[in-house]
Amino acid sequence: MNRVISYFKTFALWELLKGLKVTQTNWFRKSVTLEYPEEKTPQSHRFRGLHALRRYPNGEERCIACKLCEAVCPALAITIESDVGDDGTRRTTRYDIDLFKCIYCGFCEEACPVDAIVETRLHEYHMEEPGQNIMTKDKLLAVGDKYEAMIAADKAADAKYK
Amino acid sequence: MSDDVVNIEVDGKPVEARPGQMVIEVTDTIGAYVPRFCYHEKLSIAANCRMCLVDIEGAPKPIPACAQPVSEGMKVFTRSPRAISAQKATMEFLLINHPLDCPICDQGGECELQDLAMGYGRDVSRYNDGKRVVKDKDIGPLVSTDMTRCIHCTRCVRFGEEIQGKPQLGTTLRGENVEISTYVEQNIDHELSANIIDLCPVGALNNKPYRYSARAWEMAQHATIAPHDCVGSNLFAHVLRGTVKRIVPRVNEAINETWIPDRDRFSYQAIYSQDRLQKPQIRDKGEWRELEWEDALESAAAALRDADEIGMLTSPSATIEEGHLVRRLAEHLGTSNIDHRIERRDFKDQSQDPAFPWLGCRIAELEDQDAILVIGSNIRDEAPILAHRIRKAALGGASVSFVNSVEYEYFFDVDHYLAGAGLVELLSSDGIEPVLEKLRQADDALVLLGNVAGRHGAFSSVRALAADIARRTGAKLGTLSPGANSAGLSQAGVLPGDGLHAGAMLDQALDAVVLLNIEPDTDIHAAPDAVARLAKQKFVIAMTPFVSDALLEAADLLLPVGTFAETSGTFVNVEGTWQSFGGIASPIGESRPAWKVLRVLGNLVEADGFDYVTSEDVLAECREAVGEIAPAEYAGSGSGVEANGDDKPSEDIDTPLYSVDALVRRATALQRTPAARRAAGEEDA
Repeated sequence: MNRVISYFKTFALWELLKGLKVTQTNWFRKSVTLEYPEEKTPQSHRFRGLHALRRYPNGEERCIACKLCEAVCPALAITIESDVGDDGTRRTTRYDIDLFKCIYCGFCEEACPVDAIVETRLHEYHMEEPGQNIMTKDKLLAVGDKYEAMIAADKAADAKYK
Repeated sequence: MSDDVVNIEVDGKPVEARPGQMVIEVTDTIGAYVPRFCYHEKLSIAANCRMCLVDIEGAPKPIPACAQPVSEGMKVFTRSPRAISAQKATMEFLLINHPLDCPICDQGGECELQDLAMGYGRDVSRYNDGKRVVKDKDIGPLVSTDMTRCIHCTRCVRFGEEIQGKPQLGTTLRGENVEISTYVEQNIDHELSANIIDLCPVGALNNKPYRYSARAWEMAQHATIAPHDCVGSNLFAHVLRGTVKRIVPRVNEAINETWIPDRDRFSYQAIYSQDRLQKPQIRDKGEWRELEWEDALESAAAALRDADEIGMLTSPSATIEEGHLVRRLAEHLGTSNIDHRIERRDFKDQSQDPAFPWLGCRIAELEDQDAILVIGSNIRDEAPILAHRIRKAALGGASVSFVNSVEYEYFFDVDHYLAGAGLVELLSSDGIEPVLEKLRQADDALVLLGNVAGRHGAFSSVRALAADIARRTGAKLGTLSPGANSAGLSQAGVLPGDGLHAGAMLDQALDAVVLLNIEPDTDIHAAPDAVARLAKQKFVIAMTPFVSDALLEAADLLLPVGTFAETSGTFVNVEGTWQSFGGIASPIGESRPAWKVLRVLGNLVEADGFDYVTSEDVLAECREAVGEIAPAEYAGSGSGVEANGDDKPSEDIDTPLYSVDALVRRATALQRTPAARRAAGEEDA
């Protein structure tokens, strides 16, 4: 009996029709892949990407060199040196994050009492030379200055869960 | 029941206490921790922080454990609900006015208030009103103030009154308005003053030079020994990535208790001075040029090999390892012209020098003396820790007298102060009689010969007279010695024997002179115009951490060696305790530990047995060579002593507190203190 059915199916191109059915159902389904980089996946406001150091609206650095981020960092990626600043306050003289060591856990951001160090949503960055993996204080502040609007919006969006 | 035992019960456990003990002392001995802020075992009891409230059976209210003497049958509960709730309530009140600025506070991470708030504080404050703000006071270059953080434990106030003897901080106003401040806007000014940094349980009083430069948790703690006086105070250095960030005391009840002089605490600044010699330098046709270590050592060795007459001088603060190697090098080179007594002016009876100049008693025994006569000493400047012990003796009823040309200020009742003339004249005058009477009557009497006497032009006469006094009154004779290691270097044999002593060396024309850790313009008193005399010598090799104009004039070859922080070594203090320490900081520039430089020099001049691997090897060999040297007293006699013409009053032979050695002179914070500015002749200090 099976041989008869098989013989019939062979001449009716049954396997081909089965395949075409799969094609047909997916033909109208919404696509799950994106045309990166023209298209991008949606991001959470909690996405942990490239670090930034923020300033207050009056331009004053937020960071007070308390070194809690350095202490909490599980990858020992942060190196800070501090001293008395020009205005007599506690300030960093060096704030380095080694992006090769960083595991993007976000503990630094959690530990920060003044919301100075944050992880932005930026994740599309690269290095070309050895040494560029070190985010110095100037680079971190530059990122913060450039993306402050985004950082502030993300922080505001997350505030009610804190 | 015996009279000297009180049986009490702590948390259900029976404990034996001594009558008069406070409850907190008993709980501390058995390890039942009671939180406290104002209580400190070295200070009087104030009972004003109320943190140590405990529950005592039968008492209507919780009682401060620090101020409650034990009584027979007392039942103390340190962890009962009533005790805990009282402690928590106290903490809540303390935190009302505390700014909670822990992230920027240097005390953060090592703060008693922070620690106890973890155990006794609420997570959220119930206080919504305005907090108190107090203006910060400027109390000098050593201690920073953030007075809003103050919890009014008054430890600093009590320290001033009881330990310094010079009350400098006090409380003004009352109730919520209480403030700690100097009486009139004034700098704190005492050689032990910076100990209030360690005493302050919060961040109100902090280390000013260290301010904001590191965190307590990121530094490594290394034990070391203070290199500035003959006491050898025990220290901890806190080091971050090879850099010394601060120095704090290491408790040693036999030596420095819990205190250290400000000099020991802040001299580390000199390690990072601009004056550090970075590379070897040589005088080449009158011009200084830098050269590689290899060439520098080769030229040093060549100069030593070719020289017929060699002299070697070490600082009295050189380690015993360095001293031992210098002596061995000298032996190999066939010279006995070595000396460490560069501060001494009078070598007349040097053959009578004891093999080990010592204090006459242990440091801790100083406070048990019944009568002390200090001759030729500005002891508060020379050895602040010994001065503190002597003050304790005086407060305990001992008769303390001074003989010195200049009358210095002491913060206790000085029995007799003979001043205003030369030391020999004072010691031979009739005025000394009542002092001798006191010494005679005392069970434990001590005659102490200080560094002013040691530098005196008629030292041999002064010493003979002092020995005579000691002999006539049955007192012990003790000697303070300059530097950190005079006792060690004497034992290690850094002495000329039949060769030239420090003074004579500079008078002679030598072919090569080695200076170890010496700044000729300020450190050498053995001969006048040491710089000019050294400049005339054929070849002067200076092993030094610092470069100065005087060294550039006097020397021909400069070899950069490490300071005490960059080398391992051993100091023998004035009571004969051998205290070893390791290197704690990364070397500056190309400087190397002096013992390694000496070892290589030994190899280059082909001396035998110079193949040490560590400084411990040197120490072991030195210990064997020294053996057991019993502290010997000076054996000379003062009969027939006359002032030998040099018996000048001692103003100009005293070395001020912050000028004693190259390190202290370069510690910028110390140089800004009132004491240093007064010494420099500034009027407004």
